Amino acid sequence: MSDTPRRIPRHIWGKLLLLALICYFLVPVWWLLVASTKNAEGLFSGSGALWFKGGFHFFENLHDLFAYNNGEFLTWLGNSVLYALTGGIGCTIISVLAGYGFAKFRFRGRNLVFAAVLGSVVVPLTSLVIPTFVMMTNIGLIDTIWAVILPSLLSPFAVYLMRVYAAASIPDELLDAARIDGAGELRTFFRVALPLMRPGVITVLLLSVVSTWNNFFLPLVMLSTSKLYPLTVGITLWTTLASSNNGGGQSLWNLIIVGSLVSIVPLVIAFLTLQKYWRGGLAVGSLK
Amino acid sequence: MVSITPPTALSDGAVVPDTPAAPGGRRGSARRHWVGWFFIFPFLVVFLAFLVAPLAYAAYLSLYTKGLATGTTFAGIDNYKRAFTDPSFLHGLWFVLKFSLVVIPLQVFVALAAALLLDEIVGRLARFARLIIFLPYAIPVVLGSLMWGFLYSPSFGPIEQISTLFNVQAPFLLSQGNIFYGLLNVVTWQWAGYYMIIIYAALQGIDTSIYEAARTDGASSKQIAFRIKIPMITPALALILVFALIGTLQFFVEPKVLGPIANGTVTPDFTPNIYAVTLALQYAQFNYASAISFSLGFVVFLAVAIFMFVTRKRGSLFT
Repeated sequence: MSDTPRRIPRHIWGKLLLLALICYFLVPVWWLLVASTKNAEGLFSGSGALWFKGGFHFFENLHDLFAYNNGEFLTWLGNSVLYALTGGIGCTIISVLAGYGFAKFRFRGRNLVFAAVLGSVVVPLTSLVIPTFVMMTNIGLIDTIWAVILPSLLSPFAVYLMRVYAAASIPDELLDAARIDGAGELRTFFRVALPLMRPGVITVLLLSVVSTWNNFFLPLVMLSTSKLYPLTVGITLWTTLASSNNGGGQSLWNLIIVGSLVSIVPLVIAFLTLQKYWRGGLAVGSLK
Repeated sequence: MVSITPPTALSDGAVVPDTPAAPGGRRGSARRHWVGWFFIFPFLVVFLAFLVAPLAYAAYLSLYTKGLATGTTFAGIDNYKRAFTDPSFLHGLWFVLKFSLVVIPLQVFVALAAALLLDEIVGRLARFARLIIFLPYAIPVVLGSLMWGFLYSPSFGPIEQISTLFNVQAPFLLSQGNIFYGLLNVVTWQWAGYYMIIIYAALQGIDTSIYEAARTDGASSKQIAFRIKIPMITPALALILVFALIGTLQFFVEPKVLGPIANGTVTPDFTPNIYAVTLALQYAQFNYASAISFSLGFVVFLAVAIFMFVTRKRGSLFT
């Protein structure tokens, strides 16, 4: 790439290629932004799909979104927040404790258990959903929030990431020093180990909140009451209705588009603001 | 390649069990054993409840059949025999295998090319590009698929308009013949950025003095990329390929979401996972659905094992 003579700006082809990549990856999001400002007429008018036209109806659409069917969308939004926070935070706590335990203690059976955890990364998690459905039915938790939250607590990959991170970021000498000073194991963990693992913890938290927020398969199978749906399942319900023209006279497509925009904004903001942390965290996980 | 060798495997034997705790000094190892289990205990509970138990239960279910008149009877491997001769399952399996063979190289190629570019070029444009390429990872797969579904759609999307501009028939990317390509694009868009970040992180971890040495010896940027960078990040590439393989064979969300828009192209046996869910939830055939899930799991396991075996040889060529 830098073989080109000096007069041509450096990396000109590389930069053009980057621009092309930016365009490709931005197109659907751009379309969503533009479409969310149009009313039903503008959407179906069939020309200029990638540019604003036919007036600015964004706030109107937003109002309709939250008003439709007694504020159904707001309920789904609340459910998504509930599942993502409880599932994501719970998963992070469990994985950080386990990663620290695997990395810093030599107990009998450790290697065997960890081998099982690593092996389970290969098990297709989605094929666990059907037996989990039957089990949840048997213990009467089906179609409750627990059927979504409890399975979300499991993430073998997060444990693997935290083990690698804990091993790389906490020197044994520091733990020994704390123990010699008379600190108990829990105190050592909270005061010495946890602050050192912070970037790793934030990475795992972000990844698990995102994967619970984005989860579709699990809630789709576990829930049948639409009041309990998260956004992903709810919006899919709307698309099915809209495709079969059952929207009750109102065009649902506008609401689906604005709803999609509202659903992706929180996570995009979280990723952008926490960049510094998750990039470092992922780097450690990928190097081993 | 993906596995880690525990650094303490050798020292394990040296730990003397049941040493009484020296007052004020190091604690005995018996106590440390106990503390280790204490930290992994919550995870272990979740692991047993939501991974080991469902797997065991599915294995059990798959060995029985439930008939209206006969009740539940032991069937041995009958469900598996049925699965591997069921045209619906085999059709779906063939589709995901074919799809994996195309989509995985494509995704990894895009991710690798982007990561190499971002490693080479610095500045504001590169930083912005890195964020945008990663952006789809933060977007739910359901909504990513939905957005592309809109873009493909003749009534909303620009494809129709662009085609009229050039006076050609617009391809409908969700029709029977084109859905393979339609899905290819959605999956690449959704995941390439995530893989790019992993490769990029691995590239950033390489000691740059190696490049300087190569440059002094007269190596071009291209040679450095192909002879140094790519060989040095093979562990990261192998990790990505395994993840992509596991994910793609379980293909579910994208076709499921595009189904209602695609006017019947996505059949209930489009992929093995869709087939299993249809059997379980619509026909309540939990026994056979479990057998299908297990058969799919077996194929995934086999594919990963074959991949590990093949890259093992390749790896030894590099070193």
